[in-house]
This record gives sequence, structure tokens and C-alpha cells, in this order.
Amino acid sequence: MRRWLLPLGLIALLLALWQVACSTGAIADALNLESYLVPSPTEIASSLWENRGLLAENAWVTLQEILLGIVAALVVGVAFAVLMNRWRALRDAAYPLVVASQTIPIVVIAPILVVWFGYGMTPKVVLIALFCFFPITVNAFDGLRSVDPEAVKLMRSLDASRWQRFWRVEAPTALPSLFTGIKIAVVFAPIGAVFAEWAGSSSGLGHLIQFDTAYFQVDRQFATVAVLAAMALALIGLTTLAERRVVTWR
Amino acid sequence: MRQDIRMEPESRESQTVEIPPPRQAPADAILLRGVDHAYGELQTLEAIDLQAPAHGVLGLVGPSGCGKSTLLELVCGLREASAGTIAVGDATASGERLACCAFMPQRDLLLPWYSAIDNAALALRNQGMGRREARGAAAGLFERFGLEGFEATRPDQLSGGMRQRVAFLRTLIAGKPVLALDEPFASLDAITRAEMQEWLAAALRTDPRTVVLVTHDVEEALYLSDRVAVLSARPARVVAEIVAPAPRADDRDAAVTDSAFVAAREEAMRALREGSR
Repeated sequence: MRRWLLPLGLIALLLALWQVACSTGAIADALNLESYLVPSPTEIASSLWENRGLLAENAWVTLQEILLGIVAALVVGVAFAVLMNRWRALRDAAYPLVVASQTIPIVVIAPILVVWFGYGMTPKVVLIALFCFFPITVNAFDGLRSVDPEAVKLMRSLDASRWQRFWRVEAPTALPSLFTGIKIAVVFAPIGAVFAEWAGSSSGLGHLIQFDTAYFQVDRQFATVAVLAAMALALIGLTTLAERRVVTWR
Repeated sequence: MRQDIRMEPESRESQTVEIPPPRQAPADAILLRGVDHAYGELQTLEAIDLQAPAHGVLGLVGPSGCGKSTLLELVCGLREASAGTIAVGDATASGERLACCAFMPQRDLLLPWYSAIDNAALALRNQGMGRREARGAAAGLFERFGLEGFEATRPDQLSGGMRQRVAFLRTLIAGKPVLALDEPFASLDAITRAEMQEWLAAALRTDPRTVVLVTHDVEEALYLSDRVAVLSARPARVVAEIVAPAPRADDRDAAVTDSAFVAAREEAMRALREGSR
């Protein structure tokens, strides 16, 4: 109870402070801005309600991009981790590359992806997958590598084939670590989606934020950010739930 | 070569609650001649000659880090020797030895994602048996070894002694002629260890197997083995072979306080001390 009450209380307090600062015009005065550019929580809430249809429509687009991107990263990343774990030469060749690839700001690839794949869903999915590939691959690989060599000996002695060793020892050992990777990916994915949509799109929450910037619709921008944050939180929650259902031995 | 040590499918079906019978082992179930082993530059085993008859228990004691576990893994076919020959029954190549030996590692290594019974039945599942069948085969043993009621329990809910029992059953159920036990009770407290030694002795009386038992506990080795080989510090050589006094009392306390047993223990301790220098 306390675990929930304290952070919720803090959120309420911050919102209240924000509300007071806006209604007295303190922030707008300090920043020397028109008051409509500094919306209060209640104004944001009413914008959220008035634009619910529009927000839901665009949230659905972004959610699809995120889910497809994560699934693509999951398939490719896990396969890659398994192959690197299986073939030492591939690991030695590719692992430094995978780590070094993190120095590339993936955001800058977004316009290139638009050039290659157009304005549809594909460049978004590719960019999100690129964002998510690293945490998933590295965590899955580390998980596979953490397999107890004694357990492998035991399985060999108990007549396990390589395949059985993988499914009965290596894969379950790697699962908790893989979930850690998925959770990081889930946090990254909405960021990737927004950047991808900024590079060129006709719908999605990122597109909506960009559109509203041009028309100074700051209240709707905040509402959009709230939806995006809620979506990310829901995805993390779902991943944690899935982890609890699958990794029952921790 | 692997197929011939496996049980025929029909014999397996008729034996669902019994321990799968081990293949008939020849006179010398285990024979090592001039075995050397090295990890790179580090010589671990030197000219090891050992043998154990079928259904005999061979104890291996030695100072920590001397290479006892390496020797056990060599016998099991989990490693290759640098020189010398190792035969387990007719099997000499490491892959063939692997098929003849069931290895029980130092830590119990029960897989936390499986229940106790699925852990015990792991070898049967690996050998291609269906889950229900494998559980059926293991269930009889759970009853016999005082584990009934804990079939569905996850390993982290079991006591140390129970975990060790499940780990031993897992080794037994594999149906191999040779059991290779690496310090099976090292992680247990003194009282549980004594109980488990008694339990293992009883289990081997009802279901004799050829056993290689690695331990650093001389008393445990003499109580459980027919013959104990004392190894020196690294590189390990066999410095003494001590025949355990027989017959021993079933009761462990009576067995270990018997004067012949005490004398054998002293002899083994002396050899161990000399070999450690």
C-alpha cells in the first residue's frame, strides 16, 4: 500500500504545484510567455478528453509500430544471440561490432530510412527494431553465456542432445536476462517511434506532436506526451507480468 | 555405440516403476592404466592406475584441488586424457564412456524450472521418453526413497538432504552401469551428511551399481566404498589403495567406530598426509 501511496502522493503534489503556478500565471510571467503556451494540468486533461478520438487513432498507429519493431528486434536479436553463442568465430567477429554499433546515434538514420522505405510504417518499424536490437541481443547473449558449465556436463552425462541441452538448460537460464533486455527495449521503443515519425510521417503520436508545434497547441502536445508515457508504462507492466508468468522459478 | 547401452523400448515399458536395469558389466567395470592429464602446462594427473570391479564402489580421496574431480570427469568421458587408457566396461572412447556413466556433480544442480520429479526424470526425457511416462517411472522411486509428496515441489523448496536425494535419483534413473559421484554430500551439514551416507549405502545395497565416489572425507569414502584410492597433491598420483573393512554394520555409527574401520581410517589419513606434502 505504502509502495503505491507515496509515489502517487508525490505525483499529486507536483500536479497541484503545477496547477497553482499556472493559474497564478507565475510560470508564464517568468518565461515571458502567453499563458496559453503554459497549459495547466486541468487544461491538459480537458485537451486529452476533447481530443480523445484523435489521440486514440494516432496512438494505435504508434503502438503498431512499436509492437512490430519490438517483435522484429526480438526475433532477429534472439536468433543472433543464439548463433553467437553457438559459433565462437561469429561471436568474436560480430560482438565487438554489435557493441560498437551503439556509438551510432540511431536517430540520424531515421531520414535515411524514410528515403529508402518511404512514409509508411516500414521505416518506423525498422528504426524501432534497430533501437531494440542491442539491448535484446546483448542481454540474451549474456544470459546464454551465464549457463553453468557444470550443468552442461550434467546434461551431457544424462544423454542430452545439443538441442535438448539448449531447450532444457540454456534457454531457461537465459530467460530472465532476456526479459531484462525486453524491458529496456520497451522503454526505448516509444522514443524510436517518435523520432521515426518526426523524420517523415502522416500519422502517429510523434507526428501529432510535430504538427502541434507548428500551431502552438501546447496543451495537446502535453496530452500526447501523457498518452505516449502511459503506453510505455503499460508495455513495461505487461512485460513484467509476462516475465512473472514465464519465469516462475525466481 | 550409444544405442547398445540403452534399454530396449519394450523392456522400458514393462519397468515403469522400477529402476531401469544397468547393462551387465564385465569383470572389471572400470580400468585405468597410466592415465595422465594436463590443463595446458598444468599437470593434474600422473600415471594413474586404478580399477574397480562391477558393482564395486571405488572411493577417491585426496587434498583439495588435487584433480579428483578431473579424474572423475575423465572416467565419465567428459574429458580426454593426455595419455593412458580408460575403459568403462568395453567402452574406451570418451563418447562411449559418456554413454556408460551417469555423473552427479558436486553441487546438486537441480534445474530450478523443473519440479523435483521432472529433475529426477531428466535422463529419461533426454532418452526420448514422454513426460507422463518419465514421471511414472520416477514416481516409484520417489516413494521408495522417502520423497513421496514432493514430486511437484520446485528444488528451492526442498531441504539440502532432499535436494541431494533427488540429484542421486536423477543419476540412478539414467540407467547407466556406472555412477560417478563428485563429493555428493560436501554441501550438507554434518548430521544430514551422516544420514545421507547411510541412505546412499542402503540405496546401493538394494540396487548395486559400479560407483566411483570422489570425496575429501576419508570416513565417508571408507564407509561407502569397497576400496579407497588416496591421491597425492597435484599432480595427483595414487599414493595408497586401502581396502575398506568388510562386512560393515548397516548402522553408520557402529560401522565407523569398529576397530578395523578406525585402523583403515588412520592408514588412509596417514597416506593423505604424506601425499599432501
